Amino acid sequence: MRLQLSPEMEAFRDEMRTFFTTQVPAEIRDTVAARRHVGREQYVQTQRILNAAGLAVPHWPVEWGGRDWTPLQRHIWREEMQLASVPEPLAFNASMIGPVIAAFGDQEQKERFLPATANLDIWWCQGFSEPDAGSDLASLRTTAVRDGDDWVVNGQKTWTTLGQHADWIFCLVRTDPTAEKKQRGISMLVFPMDSPGVTLRPIELLDGSHEVNEVFFEDVRVPAENLIGEENRGWDYAKFLLGNERVGIARVGATKKLISQAKSLAREVTAGGRPLSEDPRLTARIAELENELVALELTALRVVANSADGKPHPASSVLKLRGSELQQAATELIVDIAGPLSLASFADGGSQVPDWARVATPEYLNYRKVSIYGGSNEVQRTIIAGTILGL
Amino acid sequence: MDFQYDSEQNDLREAVRGLLQRAYGDPEARRRTVATDPGFDEKTWARLAEMGVLGLPFAEDDGGMGAGPIEVGIVAEEIGRVLAPEPFVEAVVLAGGLVAAVGTAAQRQAVLGPLSEGASVLALAHAEPGTRWSPSASGVTATEDGGTWRLTGVKEPVLNGARADVLVVSAVVGDGTALFLVRGDAEGLTRTGYRTHDGGRAANVTLTGTPAELLGAGTADRSADVERAQALARIAYGNEAVGAMETALRTTAEYLKTRKQFGVTLNRFQALTFRAADMYVSVELARSTALWASMVADTGGDVVAAGDRVRLQTSRAGRHVGKEAIQLHGGIGVTAEYSIGHYTSRLTAIDHVLGDGDWAAARLAETVDSYPTVDPLGAPYTGAP
Ligand SMILES: Cc1cc2nc3c(=O)[nH]c(=O)nc-3n(C[C@H](O)[C@H](O)[C@H](O)COP(=O)(O)OP(=O)(O)OC[C@H]3O[C@@H](n4cnc5c(N)ncnc54)[C@H](O)[C@@H]3O)c2cc1C
Repeated sequence: MRLQLSPEMEAFRDEMRTFFTTQVPAEIRDTVAARRHVGREQYVQTQRILNAAGLAVPHWPVEWGGRDWTPLQRHIWREEMQLASVPEPLAFNASMIGPVIAAFGDQEQKERFLPATANLDIWWCQGFSEPDAGSDLASLRTTAVRDGDDWVVNGQKTWTTLGQHADWIFCLVRTDPTAEKKQRGISMLVFPMDSPGVTLRPIELLDGSHEVNEVFFEDVRVPAENLIGEENRGWDYAKFLLGNERVGIARVGATKKLISQAKSLAREVTAGGRPLSEDPRLTARIAELENELVALELTALRVVANSADGKPHPASSVLKLRGSELQQAATELIVDIAGPLSLASFADGGSQVPDWARVATPEYLNYRKVSIYGGSNEVQRTIIAGTILGL
Repeated sequence: MDFQYDSEQNDLREAVRGLLQRAYGDPEARRRTVATDPGFDEKTWARLAEMGVLGLPFAEDDGGMGAGPIEVGIVAEEIGRVLAPEPFVEAVVLAGGLVAAVGTAAQRQAVLGPLSEGASVLALAHAEPGTRWSPSASGVTATEDGGTWRLTGVKEPVLNGARADVLVVSAVVGDGTALFLVRGDAEGLTRTGYRTHDGGRAANVTLTGTPAELLGAGTADRSADVERAQALARIAYGNEAVGAMETALRTTAEYLKTRKQFGVTLNRFQALTFRAADMYVSVELARSTALWASMVADTGGDVVAAGDRVRLQTSRAGRHVGKEAIQLHGGIGVTAEYSIGHYTSRLTAIDHVLGDGDWAAARLAETVDSYPTVDPLGAPYTGAP
């Protein structure tokens, strides 16, 4: 056992920190730090800068841009990126479809998609969930029927995050409706969002933002070569992909950053003539949050250090469960620091309320999503109870 | 001790519920209303006036109905039940309440009459950027100039500040806080309105030598009156929050009974039904506290302490119920197109208008050492020795 980072890892951390804080444009990082929505161009620009330096997809196989880093290095990379308010490489590309194609795609698909995916030349979106298939994803109904050299896709997806920006979608579709288990008979297809028969309807979220969509498919023709891996094995790929999704979802660095912002904001707000940062109730709350965060970070380190054989550590459900709770607690903390100012949510010119206080409640409301998507917290508890505790 | 409403109170509830149900029984109607200024429906406001609701707590001589905090609580709960955006607590309980408490007979009639009739919307301009839930003013000052008072400074956020016909403004005079009436069309008054996250409206109100009428006779420090009006509003908001929580809970329970995943409705998962049961516990404890606090106010007890208790209880309950309501709905819970998230948004707003749970707990903590056992039926609440 060893507590401190080795000198090599210290140097690695410095290298990451320096890169992120000097090579990614300040204006993009300021947008993230101010907790404003990041635009498509800003995501693309950032990911291309990272990719050029070999920092967009370090966890991929080396021949497709991976770096063969240790789990600790990946952790440091991610943490420093979040602390520097760098928009992370688009998860749909870097953590989801990229690794799936690298693991299960054929050579032609790898060559066609992986470089473009790493560089965000293709913006991917995830077409898994359907109106009646949320937590119970395997009950999905969108069908793909073989017709000559094409698959013909019909059905509906929902919750498609940033689908309005996407060039391509990776979809789970039912290819064998007769399979006796509903997890069988599902395949993974990829196709352009501008294929004839694809339509998108925006869903407005509680904070007024437009980040998710419904996507409808009407006789969409998809060439046979766009099937990823084997027919009817899509469920296995989905499980592999969702396992990857969960690793990044703890977002320890991002929560740390939020709490450090909360501390300085609490110095700006006065209550009864004294800075709020001197209120023992608030400082005690921050201390507890930080302590939880320390425990989460240490658990994340234990988990990454033990998943070297490629299999997720059983405790990885803890990361999603607690990681989402702490992100939510941090956004709530900032609303409470804003107090009455938090009401001025949609003010623009002519308001004396600082920007951070205006975005506080919309962000808090928006962050209710993190305990719902990517396998809801109830699903994580079910995994802990069933798979880990054998209940 | 009796927690039952009498028949008149039940009639009031039925009438208000019927009216608001017609207006906002369909959540789409509320969505349409809050989408455009002033953020509430003037027709519904007028109907509430016709029903006597807007004059409820004011003396009959002042144009009101002469009812009390219990009736106010009934209306507030119904408002919360459908998230009616009409500013009942803000205009009637808070701003109107201060005029009733402090104004001269002439001012009470001049201001509360039109408010009760629905002819004039009132707003309290008291909050200042950088201060938290204080009963005193610090950023707006008043000076007398040839018999006319003039106000200078900034108030924000002022709920319904852009729409209001008359603003009740607090300002520093000497080392105290005085209250003033400012007409919406007064010179030197700039109001910049915007939407709040819960669909309401607030404004930055900037006063630059704005002429104002001193509220009440003389410039005595009115901080205690503001504190009392805020406490009564905290109690009313407690009732409003209970109404909102009640609907959030019912809607969630209904959803669990109809939403199917894994081939069964969600209410087949005990993990979820127990959580709904815990929500119920929170709602009922908050309801008891809100009812009790309304009765304390009605019997002339210590409203400030009762207001703090109800604030603490409904703050905790509102967060619990609001978060769980969204979570148990899954993704649909975070959409603007479905009603449940708006309940959470409103509960979050109520939590930050007049002091959140931590704030109330800190205030209550200051006095825990001054009494041996807590007794909601005795001192300090009844004022008995
Ligand atoms: C903002 C946002 C972005 C998203 N982005 C995408 C995307 O890009 N692509 C995509 O494919 N999907 C996406 N999703 C979908 C997301 O994965 C689903 O919302 C999630 O799986 C939950 O499904 P549901 O919303 O249908 O809720 P439901 O499955 O209906 O669940 C409702 C509630 O019941 C609970 N529950 C359900 N089953 C059980 C059970 N057996 N035991 C105990 N509790 C249970 C849930 O945890 C939840 O609390 C997104 C969702 C959101 C909110």
